[in-house]
Amino acid sequence: METKSISRRDLLKSTGVLVVGFSFFGNVTRVLAQGDGLSVDGMDPTVLDSWLAISKDGTVTVFTGKVELGTGVVTALAQIVAEELDVSFNKVYMDSGDTDTAVDQGVTAAARTVERGGVQLRQASAAARQELLKLASARLDSPVDKLTVTDGVVSVIGSPAKKIAYGDLLGGKRFNIKIVAAGVGWDMKVAPEVPAKDPKDYKVVGKSIPRVDLPGKFTGEFVYSQDVTVPGMLHGRVVRPATSLSAPLSVDESSVKNIPGMVKVVREGNFVGVVAQTEWAAIQAARALKVTWAEPTLKMPSGSAEVFDYLKNTKSFKDTVPTNRGNLDVAFSQAQKKYESTYYFPFQLHGMFGPPCAVADVRGDKATIWTGTQGPFRTRDAIALMLKIPPKNIHLLYREGSGSYGRLESDDVAEDAALMSRAVGKPVRVQWMREDEHAWDPKGPAQYSTVRAGVDAQGKVIAWDYMDRSLPWSESEANPLLASSQIGMKPTGPGFLNGASGGGQIYSFENQKVLAASIPWVQQGQWPLRTSNLRAPGDLARVFASESTIDEIASDLHVDPVQFRLRYLTSDKRIPEVLMATVKKAGWTDRPSPAPASTGNIAAGRGVAVANRANTMTAAVAEVEVDKSTGDVTVKKITLAHDCGLIVNPDGLKNQIEGNILQGVSRALLEEVQFDATGQKNLDWNSYPVIRFQQVPDVEIVLINRPEMQPLGGGEPSIVPITAAIANAIFDATGARMRQVPFTPQRVLSALKA
Amino acid sequence: MARISLKVNGKSRVVETDPDTPLLYVLRGNLELHGPRFGCGLGQCGACTVMVDSNTVRSCMLPVSAAENKSVTTLEGLGSVARPHAIQAAFVEEQAAQCGFCMNGMVMGAKALLDKNPHPTVSDIKKSLNSYICRCGTHLRVIRAIQRVSNSSVKA
Repeated sequence: METKSISRRDLLKSTGVLVVGFSFFGNVTRVLAQGDGLSVDGMDPTVLDSWLAISKDGTVTVFTGKVELGTGVVTALAQIVAEELDVSFNKVYMDSGDTDTAVDQGVTAAARTVERGGVQLRQASAAARQELLKLASARLDSPVDKLTVTDGVVSVIGSPAKKIAYGDLLGGKRFNIKIVAAGVGWDMKVAPEVPAKDPKDYKVVGKSIPRVDLPGKFTGEFVYSQDVTVPGMLHGRVVRPATSLSAPLSVDESSVKNIPGMVKVVREGNFVGVVAQTEWAAIQAARALKVTWAEPTLKMPSGSAEVFDYLKNTKSFKDTVPTNRGNLDVAFSQAQKKYESTYYFPFQLHGMFGPPCAVADVRGDKATIWTGTQGPFRTRDAIALMLKIPPKNIHLLYREGSGSYGRLESDDVAEDAALMSRAVGKPVRVQWMREDEHAWDPKGPAQYSTVRAGVDAQGKVIAWDYMDRSLPWSESEANPLLASSQIGMKPTGPGFLNGASGGGQIYSFENQKVLAASIPWVQQGQWPLRTSNLRAPGDLARVFASESTIDEIASDLHVDPVQFRLRYLTSDKRIPEVLMATVKKAGWTDRPSPAPASTGNIAAGRGVAVANRANTMTAAVAEVEVDKSTGDVTVKKITLAHDCGLIVNPDGLKNQIEGNILQGVSRALLEEVQFDATGQKNLDWNSYPVIRFQQVPDVEIVLINRPEMQPLGGGEPSIVPITAAIANAIFDATGARMRQVPFTPQRVLSALKA
Repeated sequence: MARISLKVNGKSRVVETDPDTPLLYVLRGNLELHGPRFGCGLGQCGACTVMVDSNTVRSCMLPVSAAENKSVTTLEGLGSVARPHAIQAAFVEEQAAQCGFCMNGMVMGAKALLDKNPHPTVSDIKKSLNSYICRCGTHLRVIRAIQRVSNSSVKA
């Protein structure tokens, strides 16, 4: 499919320009109004026309900085706009992630897109509706409060013949009004004073509208970033060292000169890449190119044990303390029983199924980039810095890649493509190979967590002291990505913190401290394994440690683990409600863990865990079977209740929850990045297995809808309790307590012997 | 370089290419068929699956010369958004994808399974698709979509 695009800058030079835009809604023809809101950092959010335009046929075009990552979120955003404007869903066209036309709404991440970006679009739409009603009031000679809107047609209540369509009121013209927009990115508050629709009147929000992007994904017609082609495009591949970044001591260009279609070996600083006429030639050249790399100045750790020692013994650069109350020293001195345990969570891959891909066309001091970044403006600005050109000279067009789960906040491949395009003066498409992505995926960081708890003579938890020691994200806005690093740009900070929620804050203990310590990882301008935000960053490990500890205490006190939790879940009624919804659906019967001992090799058990991620509440029950002779764990079923406030698209949300559950089972049972001093060991799917069909459990989901609340995130909270629920189910089945993820057969056998 | 004749989605095509080029790059590059995708290049994930004659193959591993004069069917050969194959329609009905990048393999794998076994059990489906990876975790929807085809009167 040919991809045509026109910048709004060009558009603004004339009125009524016909635009053939590309989107997953298919090629659409639209007429846009003349506008002048372009600022350096995307469109000016205080100009209503920056957010949306209404064409003569009534089509609503929304210019959003939010992007579809395969979660269905752009469909949900379109529902929100359709609802607020009272137009049918099919009339809303989302122009998404184009830095020349979109408002910068921040990165698409952390399950904040509906919660924050959706509310921004809702309010911009409410402001637009208010203005349209004002115009209609004058045209129809009727006060606004006597008007009603049905599918984009305003009519007078009681006189349905008196009507006018949005397209006739405004089609092809600008709103020309200012709205309030304070703050930036996620935190921007848009037109907060404009009243939005009462949720009880919702017709589009709350419906399971099928996703607009899906049909073409089953036929090959959908255009991913991997499918973008532009005239004269060449193909590039990167050539990087096996472990940490280092300098190429020698590059033997003669090793590739006989490859048909070879164009150029690109060298800039420590960056090495190859450009060829065809993709296969580029792949062959990248494999054949002889490069001798210098010994990296920074050694890889010898293995995970060294990393956990490092986490334990290295001084934190930043402590985050979300909860600190009472007096722990006094409480522990009064405790009759004390518990203390350490939990280990490994580096894990995002594991994008399709390696990332971008096309760059750099011409002099201007550039066009097509890529799957989660942050179009962030990637544009990083490339501008790297190429030393102004950000406004770069036009970045978002094209969806494979699911990224946080990974494409660090859009390395777009930088690679830009460097190679500049070097050859032509557009270059760069796709990473599987081993590139496994090796250089900025992993979810390893975490080392300790929990101490004290219980008084009445069996009441009176002391809770939780500490998470985590590496930060080496890849963050402060730090350059791979290509930038290779041409000499230096980190400016130790990285972004790996979060602090999930350390037991949901429980109300009298004396309680939760601390998340950030251990420095970026050193000497380098890092041994790159790290970044992986879906629900840090919470899986923290909830694994805290929910395992709660379970351990309940078991020791011979109390049913649900009943025990309920004693302390008093801070927010939504938490016990989500827990009770889960256990009711799962058919939970009260009894303490572990289950009565089984006779054969196969032991069955059930476990529960509860989590609050960014105010979305989840509770999961896992049912497992453990083969005590082999240590094999089979997850038979996961039941999960989910409360993310107002639900925009129930089936879309269920799809997300199912995915989170299965990815959660995968991360709990299978996933661990292996490495030694010579480098990372798992560079393909055989050595880094992920869940496959025969390992997939049954899933049951309970959605709790709260129309009276704002919509909250659904893209990641439900992965959080899965690890802990499985660990607790293994304990229930066998009496063996798992302290280290993943729960491999070997670790289960060791725990059984302990 | 060599001229290689292929029959792709029912049409005769001739491509000028290095005969060792994996079929995937010929389909995507020379013939602009983007249904089959690059996932691993190692035959481990299923993203590049096509049918050569009546067998599924991982086109990232198969030299184009090995498909010479054979009948190649890609995802595009099954149907389109306007005229979907029953399997593609069932996947839409079940909303059986998230990012969708693995869906080429899922749909082609489902086609191969249903061609041989029109009424598979859940266990049959799991076994048959076990070599296809989905990272988003849409397995249960894929299973339901295949059951939907199997249960419908429409011939797959």
